[in-house]
Amino acid sequence: MPTETLSPAEARDLKCLAGMIIPASTAYSVPGADDDLIMADMLQSLGRDFADVRTALANLARLAGGSFASLDPDRRGAVVGDFRAEGGQPLAILTRLVLLCYYRDDRVMRSLNLEPRPPFPKGHVVEQGDWSLLDQVRTRPRFWRDAP
Amino acid sequence: MKDKVDVLIIGSGASGAAVAWSLAETKMRILCLEQGDWMKPSEYPSTRKDYEARLYSDFATSPNIRKRPSDYPINDDNSPIKVVNFNAVGGSTVMYTAHFPRLHPSDFKVRTLDGVADDWPVDYKTLEPFFAENDRMMGVSGLTGDPAYPAHQPPMPPLPLGKSGTRIGQAMNKLGWHWWPSDTSLATQEYDGRAPCINLGHCTPACSQGAKASTDITYWPHAVRAGVELRTNCRVKEILTDENDMATGVVYFDADGVEQFQPAEVVIVACNGVGTPRLLLNSKSARFPNGLANSSGLVGKNLMFHPWATIYGYLDEPMDGHRGPPLCVWSQEFYETDLSRGFVRGYNLQFNRGIGVATEAVATEAAGILPWGERHHETFRGLVGRRMSVGVCTEDLPEEHNRVTLDPVLKDGHGIPAPKIDYAIGANTSLMLDHAIARAKEILAAAGAREVHTMAPLMYAGWHLLGTARMGTDPARSVVNEWGRSHDVKNLFIVDGSIFVTSGGVNPTSTIQALALYIADQMKQRLATLFD
Repeated sequence: MPTETLSPAEARDLKCLAGMIIPASTAYSVPGADDDLIMADMLQSLGRDFADVRTALANLARLAGGSFASLDPDRRGAVVGDFRAEGGQPLAILTRLVLLCYYRDDRVMRSLNLEPRPPFPKGHVVEQGDWSLLDQVRTRPRFWRDAP
Repeated sequence: MKDKVDVLIIGSGASGAAVAWSLAETKMRILCLEQGDWMKPSEYPSTRKDYEARLYSDFATSPNIRKRPSDYPINDDNSPIKVVNFNAVGGSTVMYTAHFPRLHPSDFKVRTLDGVADDWPVDYKTLEPFFAENDRMMGVSGLTGDPAYPAHQPPMPPLPLGKSGTRIGQAMNKLGWHWWPSDTSLATQEYDGRAPCINLGHCTPACSQGAKASTDITYWPHAVRAGVELRTNCRVKEILTDENDMATGVVYFDADGVEQFQPAEVVIVACNGVGTPRLLLNSKSARFPNGLANSSGLVGKNLMFHPWATIYGYLDEPMDGHRGPPLCVWSQEFYETDLSRGFVRGYNLQFNRGIGVATEAVATEAAGILPWGERHHETFRGLVGRRMSVGVCTEDLPEEHNRVTLDPVLKDGHGIPAPKIDYAIGANTSLMLDHAIARAKEILAAAGAREVHTMAPLMYAGWHLLGTARMGTDPARSVVNEWGRSHDVKNLFIVDGSIFVTSGGVNPTSTIQALALYIADQMKQRLATLFD
C-alpha cells in the first residue's frame, strides 16, 4: 500500500504552523520545526496519524479562509489563536507529531547536550547516589501489620 | 482433532508462564495457547531513534490504540481508567515497568483487620516460599531490611539511587517518612542468561537489553526445555464442557485463522482480570447459561484497577531524567490503615526518575506548561531532565458494579465478542487519592520542586486487572476455591490476577506469580485426587 502523504498545500500549511509552534533560535543555535530535514521526517512519520493531521490542517485552512501559509504574520497569529481555542484530538496529534520529530533531530539533541542516538546498545550511566541517606530509615522499627 | 493433552494453559504471561514451568516437572503433556507471538528484542523501540514516538503507535499501552493483530478491542468508554496490557509471549510482562513489591501480610486479612471486603483464603505466610521462588525465577533486585515488609532477600542488589533517588531520600528524611529502594525485576548483574541493566531508560515498552524480567526470557526458556509446548498466534474462543460439567478442551483459532478443537484433561486459564472473565462469559452453554464457572454470578464482577495519580514538578538542577530505569524508590508510609486519615486501607508511593526528552515535550505542551513560539526553547530547557515524579497506587476495594461483561456489538478480528468495562472509582479510594496527592505535594515541596502539577486519576493506567473471578471457600461468593480450582468445573483452574479477593495497594505481578506457583504446587500435591 502506498504511503499516504499530504498535498503540497497541506504540507505548506503544516510547515508554517510548525515554525510557529517551535521557531528557530539563534540564542540556542537550533532550527525551527519548519526546518526542511525536520519537515521531511514529519511527512515520513505520519503513519497512523495521517487522518488526524489532515483533519487538523483542514480546520486550520477553514479558519484561515484558505491557505494558512499565505496569510500575513499578524493574521496567522489570530488564526492560530482560534485554532488552539477550538482544540480537539486532531490538533493534539498534529502538535505531538511536530514535537516528536523535532526532539529527535540531531542538531536539537546536541543543543540540549544529549547524544543523538537511540538508548540501545550504549545505554547510560547512572551514579549510585548517596546510600547513607538510608541509615535514618534502617533504624525505624518495622511497621507492617501482623495478620492473624 | 488434536491429540489430547494433560494440561492446557491459556495465556503465556506472568501467571501462565509460572504455572507451566512449575507443572513441567510432573512430566505431564502440557500445552500453552498464546494469542500473540514471540517478540523480537532487536525490534524493540529503544533500538531506534524514534523510540519515543512508538509509545503512540505499535508500543502504545492501550490495545485500542496499539491495534496489533494479537490485540483484541476493549470497550472502556464507561470507565475513567482505560485498560492497558500487552498480548504476546510473556503477556504484559513484556510491557510493564517491572516494579515488584509484594502484597503485605495485612492485605490478605482486610475483613479481619479493617472490617471491609473479604479476607483471602490464603495468607502471606503460605505464599512466602512462592514469593521467594518467583523472585529467584524472575530475577529480582532490591535491598533487604525494609521496615515496611517482612524480611526477604532479593537475589540481586538494587538499582542505583542516582541523582533522583538521592534527592527523594533527602526530602523523605526531612519529612521523617519511610522510603526504600524499590524491588524490581530488572537484573542489576548477569543473571540466568540475562544481561545486566545498562540504563536504557525506556523500560516499560520492552527491554532491548533483556535486563527486564519478561516471562518470555525468564520462565519460558526453562519451561520449553522441560518439555512444555507453547503454541503461538492461537486465540481461544471458548472452553467446552461435557454432561458431567467437566471441561473437555477449548475451541481456538490457529495462526491461519482456522478453528480448531484442542482436547485436554485439565484447563488452566491465565488471561488476567479482563481476558479471563471474557473467556468464561464467552463459554456459555446450555448447562452454563450465564457463562462458565459462574454459578456465583461473580464472573466479571469486582473489577479492581488501582486508581493512579501522578504528581510531578521540576527541580533547579538536572536529575537522572531519561537515563536509568524510571523506577527508583518507593514509600509505604501511608500503606497500612490509619483511621485518622478518613479512609481505610492505604496506598504506595512510587518515585520515578524522569521521562524521555520528546515525551517531556509532548506531556508538558499538552498540560499547558510548554508554550508555542518564542518562549518555547527557554521554557523547555528549564524542564528537560529536571522532572521529579511521584506515582500514587491506591488500593481499590471490590465493588460488584465495577465489572467486565461482553460488549453486544464489538468483536475482535476472529468475531469473538469483546469485553466491556463499567467502572467508577469508589468513595474510599477517592478520599485516599486526595490524601496521597496532598502528601506528594509536600514531598515535592520538600525536594525543592517548582511548577507542581497533578494528573488524577491517570487515564491510561489500567495495568492492574484484578478481582473478576475471585477466590474463596464459599461457592456462592467466589469463582474458584482456595487453591484456584473452579467451584463448578472440577478440572478448570484460574491462576491470574482475576482471582485476587482484594487489590492491595501495590503493583500485583509478584503476587500474581506467587499465587500461580502456589496453585501449581497444590495441584502437584493433589494429582491423585485433583477432581474430587
